[in-house]
Amino acid sequence: MDSALWPIGVKRCHISKFLMGLSIAGVVLLWGVVGLILCWVKGLNQTHMNDYYGFALWIWADLAVIALGGGAFFTGLLRYIFGIRELKNIINYAVLIGFICYSSALLILAIDVGQPLRSWFIFWHANVHSMLTEVAFCLSCYFGVLTIEYIPLILENRQLNKVPFAHHLAHNMHHIMAVFAATGAFLSFFHQGSLGGVAGVLFGRPFAYREHILIWPYTFFLFTWSAAAYGPCFTLLITWLTEKISGKQLVKENVKQLLAKISGWMIFTYIIAKIADTVYWALVTAPSKGFTLMDFYSNNPIYGIWILIVEIGVCGVVPAWILVTPRLRANPKTRLIAIILGVIGVCLNRWVMVLQVMAVPVLSFDTWAMYYPSWQEVATTILPVAYGVILILISYRYLPIFPQEVELNPIEPSPSETVEAMNDAAAEDAMVSNGEPATA
Amino acid sequence: MKHVDSKAKKYGMVIDLDKCTGCGTCMVACMAENNVPFKKDETDKRLSITWMRVFKLTNGKPYPDNEICYLPRPCQHCEGQHTGHSPCVSVCPATATDYDSETGIVSQIYTRCFGCRYCMGACPYHARYFNWWDPVWPGEMEKYLNPDVSPRMRGVVEKCSFCYHRAQLAMEKAHVEGRKELKEKEYQTACTQACPAGAIVFGDLNNPEHEVHQVAQPDPHHHGRPKNPNAFRLLERLGTNTKVYYLSSREWVRRAGDNYLDSEGSASHE
Repeated sequence: MDSALWPIGVKRCHISKFLMGLSIAGVVLLWGVVGLILCWVKGLNQTHMNDYYGFALWIWADLAVIALGGGAFFTGLLRYIFGIRELKNIINYAVLIGFICYSSALLILAIDVGQPLRSWFIFWHANVHSMLTEVAFCLSCYFGVLTIEYIPLILENRQLNKVPFAHHLAHNMHHIMAVFAATGAFLSFFHQGSLGGVAGVLFGRPFAYREHILIWPYTFFLFTWSAAAYGPCFTLLITWLTEKISGKQLVKENVKQLLAKISGWMIFTYIIAKIADTVYWALVTAPSKGFTLMDFYSNNPIYGIWILIVEIGVCGVVPAWILVTPRLRANPKTRLIAIILGVIGVCLNRWVMVLQVMAVPVLSFDTWAMYYPSWQEVATTILPVAYGVILILISYRYLPIFPQEVELNPIEPSPSETVEAMNDAAAEDAMVSNGEPATA
Repeated sequence: MKHVDSKAKKYGMVIDLDKCTGCGTCMVACMAENNVPFKKDETDKRLSITWMRVFKLTNGKPYPDNEICYLPRPCQHCEGQHTGHSPCVSVCPATATDYDSETGIVSQIYTRCFGCRYCMGACPYHARYFNWWDPVWPGEMEKYLNPDVSPRMRGVVEKCSFCYHRAQLAMEKAHVEGRKELKEKEYQTACTQACPAGAIVFGDLNNPEHEVHQVAQPDPHHHGRPKNPNAFRLLERLGTNTKVYYLSSREWVRRAGDNYLDSEGSASHE
């Protein structure tokens, strides 16, 4: 029924199955929208946050999705700036995942503020000393970059691409994509970093506070590093999930292994830096404020030392070891374990740097603060997941996300597709002969 | 007429914990003075707005050695390690909280705050409160609100202002009378005046004639650290450089004001 919209040379499931998938995600999305409306209409009393837990599930979700979406800027950097050509086969998906992650983060932030209609004050009355100001500026700008990176993909829809303007726009945007990739990497460096700085500058919170290099606490660099390291894990995880659901191989093994290898070495170096940071914090920074390491990990029902061991050891050292070892990296099962652990690891790190910061008592006569989210918080946090599923479903069905899909899943093209493909090739030839470059 | 600028003030407070009985009058006076909203159900104290909050401290020893101490905690009006680098002021993305270098008071601009709550996360004293609900005043109570203090709407952060509206009124009066300087008793916070035990004194920490200066003896070479051996500030080691000083003759109370490693002695409750 909608096959005329599919990319040329690919097969998609029946429309009813597609609509069924959309409906299921749509119901979840609707649930989230109910929570969102309640929060906007009735206020943040719909949450289980309180004056000890001013930052909670939403801020964690923000930090986590932005870290996971880091695959977009880092893969873009590798592809367009470092010129690693194999990654062109996964960059589209990395951009789409990044777009979903960043739009989700902005949506969550819009729910999370007490006076949403005043959100623009952060730009208008900007305090340049605040890490959150830097986050707001860089996040908004980078979302613009991701939109620009996503647009040519939309324009490459089989029918849209027949419109000469759309065709040429997409074509030319591809050629200047290196500029946007570089801009994206620059912006990402700062907003990933400033998200780390949000916790690291809190000199009133010894659990979060870190020493500085110039004006940037160590967490600034660790957050950027970890997003670049673990972001590709998320891209690979979602690619694996898409392949499982679609029942097709969409990206060649060598591409996955290459990205996994880069991710592995990034995690390896990151985790060394993280361990060094933790040791310095535990032995120098915290004691200078009157705290021992175990003050942060005892006398409460959840936050034991296990959380540090899981974050650094199980979800840091282990995936790094697997992904830098060629034999283990080549094995799809161990590779999958590593990327899942990596994704959990970075999410856990963000959880600790938001929720545990709020939980640890600072005054000697105060007590640990515990928190669990309300259903409205859970629903609005799952909302972006449903939205992401919907966007992926639609994008996968109608856009040429995976350049290797046709080659990996050959089908007999229909006569109309053959004619279209021939026309497209002729148009490309004509452009080249007119002195215009061909699409990369 | 020659224009003479008045000297920069550093308004601060000294609370004598040996005198505090924990009666809570300061809390009540503060709420009434500053139109602090309350709810029907205030059982969850982490949702209660208490600009001035009285903590109960104990030395943790069993009877008969058990001792308690009540510690009133307003906003500490931190100065930080350089002027205005308070934990909260430095992080507010919309400049909705500010450090007044003329008075040393950390202000909160309710109409500019958009409710991100970063300042709350930054404050180790939990002196900042979020309006989770719109304020609702029972019966005719709206008629008894203080006209000098604006009530706050849902979705913004609020905190102790050292009754800054009183400073404004006092300065207006002084201006009318052709004075540049306020007398010590002209500007006093509601909690100071209400305390039946006289445990709270308030004034200009920069002025050697003011009682707060004489009692706390702030050392200007060490970010205001008190020279009085019985005086201490909460979480001195964090470098928040607060303007609220506490007095206690009891060692365990003074030590409870900060955190210490075992090698430095018990952090609290000796």
